[in-house]
Amino acid sequence: MIRREFMFAGAVVAAMAIAGPAPAQTRGPTIGVSWSNFQEERWKTDEAAIRAAIEKVGGTYISADAQSSPGKQLTDIESLIARGAKALIVLAQDSQAVRPAVERALNEGIPVVGYDRLIENPRAFYLTFDNVEVGRMMAREILKAKPEGNYVFIKGSSADPNANFLFQGSMEILKPSIDAGKIKNVGEAFTDGWLPANAQRNMEQFLTRNQNKVDAVVAANDGTGGGAVAALAAQGLAGSVPVSGQDADRAALNRVALGTQTVTIWKDARELGRTAAEIALQLAGGTALDKIPGAMKWAEGPSKVPMNAIFLRPVPVTRDNLNVVIDAGWAPKSAVCQGVPAGRVPACN
Amino acid sequence: MNDKLRQLEFDPRLAGMLGALAAIWIGFDFLSGGAFLTPRNLWNLSVQTASIAIMACGMVLVIVTRNIDLSVGAMLGFVGMIVGVLQARLLPDLIGLEHPATWAIAVIVAIAVGTAIGLFQGALIAYLGIPSFIVTLGGLLVWRGAAWWVTQGQTVAPLDGRFLRIGGGATGAIGETATWAIAGVGCVAIVAAMHFARDRRRKFGFPVRPAWAHIAVMLAACAAVIGAAWIANAYAVPPGIARRLVEEAGGTWPAGGVFIAHGFAIPVLIAIGAGIATTWLATRTRFGRYVFAIGGNTEAAELAGVDTKRTLMLVFGAMGALCGIAACVSAARLNAATNAAGTLDELYVIAAAVIGGTSLAGGIGTIAGAMLGALVMQSLQSGMILLGVDAPLQNVVVGGVLVLAVWVDVVFRRGIK
Repeated sequence: MIRREFMFAGAVVAAMAIAGPAPAQTRGPTIGVSWSNFQEERWKTDEAAIRAAIEKVGGTYISADAQSSPGKQLTDIESLIARGAKALIVLAQDSQAVRPAVERALNEGIPVVGYDRLIENPRAFYLTFDNVEVGRMMAREILKAKPEGNYVFIKGSSADPNANFLFQGSMEILKPSIDAGKIKNVGEAFTDGWLPANAQRNMEQFLTRNQNKVDAVVAANDGTGGGAVAALAAQGLAGSVPVSGQDADRAALNRVALGTQTVTIWKDARELGRTAAEIALQLAGGTALDKIPGAMKWAEGPSKVPMNAIFLRPVPVTRDNLNVVIDAGWAPKSAVCQGVPAGRVPACN
Repeated sequence: MNDKLRQLEFDPRLAGMLGALAAIWIGFDFLSGGAFLTPRNLWNLSVQTASIAIMACGMVLVIVTRNIDLSVGAMLGFVGMIVGVLQARLLPDLIGLEHPATWAIAVIVAIAVGTAIGLFQGALIAYLGIPSFIVTLGGLLVWRGAAWWVTQGQTVAPLDGRFLRIGGGATGAIGETATWAIAGVGCVAIVAAMHFARDRRRKFGFPVRPAWAHIAVMLAACAAVIGAAWIANAYAVPPGIARRLVEEAGGTWPAGGVFIAHGFAIPVLIAIGAGIATTWLATRTRFGRYVFAIGGNTEAAELAGVDTKRTLMLVFGAMGALCGIAACVSAARLNAATNAAGTLDELYVIAAAVIGGTSLAGGIGTIAGAMLGALVMQSLQSGMILLGVDAPLQNVVVGGVLVLAVWVDVVFRRGIK
């Protein structure tokens, strides 16, 4: 069994054209992953994908969880290096605070992949879903549903650079309509800690301030979108006001099926995890940053540092294409379609 | 002058808090161009405060015994997840989706789990002598982690339709008639309670307020209750929901629409009920006397024959039960159970108790004050959102107010000595 797996791994390695240790070696490299926090729903999926991709080529997966503490993440990274990691995948808790540890790893010749959150260092690789594109996609779907009217923006946490990328992307799409006076920004607020309860309170206050004259809500993710929907429901507006989101979590997919949320942007964490592992394996094998297949030059970070990066393309999921997530096994049909009247949503029939 | 005030039983701290609250409300109303002091905003404010206020009741007891509970937010998250999974995933398979008993089972389980956790932590503190700061700091990590484990971090939604009423929202108010009825009963209860209290004190030869002051306080309390009812009834159910309600009742929707009043929100009634029950517990029962005795001087209480350990454990049990109730309120309000629910709530709850005049040195504190403290903080936050002040600055202001409030309290306490 082991032998069979090993032969398969060899084939994959060959297929990926990794320059480096010959497949005859009994073990692949050790890849260390530093997680920011495991409190969130999705990272578990990422972890499984990364682990599978590493073990597929006989490598070893080691990890540490910083439990939301930037300080702990520094020691985590040092201990991963000490445990023999040949390449690191880092999901930064704080994109600035993590830099000394990343610098140290790079100085020791250990390549670093910034995972999902930007670590602005020219010698690190950056892999993420295109968050600006996520913002654009959300805005496009909302704009399609409500081409004009009063818009509310429920932004992400002010401490997370992604929140700004998202907002920037949404604004790119909406700016022409705002300039033309078709769309009015009647309220925007950061959501402290991405907490749905805070989003709900913000939405309630915006509805109060505008006497319910809100026509569309661009919410930064499914959690905050859920909070906005709860606030809208209290005013009998859920379902008539388009609301966006991202992450395709089950509760949100169910809302999309029920019609209270318009769109959720699906970033397949398995794809992100697998790609990260593949990149880390190649880097561990000595491939140069700019020789990674699909790598592009990118310098749009806050400090405009030129970096090598890969941006994966997310998928907007609306009522019409809910079957995508069900078919991919991302969420079970029973959860997505719970409480949906028969015949209303194609994917639920 | 001081003697006169003492004779009137004038509580300058309570008066100060009410004054501060009035100033905040009027200030925000002025700055927001009249959007703050509307029935709608005040109704929302009351619902937004409910979950913190419920937990603050228990926190007063905990702090009065010179302890602290840092785990309340995490407990709320954990219990919320259990309640969510129970009603959205387990019970539908057992008794069917939207079963009439679902909400009751969920609430009972929430209170049971909360109480069990509270008693467990209380036992560690009381019987094993581990400082409460450490036990509940551990609890903060443990229960937050446990909340994640319940569903591996997945958000659970939507919840049971009847359960949602606990959280306020469209169906979470009791309507016009019931609101007036409750206000009436409340008024009668206030008058009766104050009257009997006065009689009892006179019987034992204790000093009582002059009759005019007694009646003035009575009238003011009644006016507050009636005023609250009037405000809650002035907030109309939005047309979309009103229409559904009318049509569900078999009526036809008139062209001009109809005015259906919200009335008191259910979570607010729960919070007030919790406040009254805890106040009764603290001031009218032997248990309550023990709690304050322990806070005043633990050794003296122990030498006087108080089972301090048992009392302490029960205090944490009560805190847990209240967390269970608050978990139901906040999950129902959001119509979802998320593992991050209640993050930082422990700090808001402690702040509410402290702003409300609870002394961290123990022995002093009132539940009404803590609930008012919760309302003050929520007023600041909601008011700033209304003005478009962004989240980071809101935190700066709330933090500043917390320190300021305690400083004023310290100065004031020095003054009366």
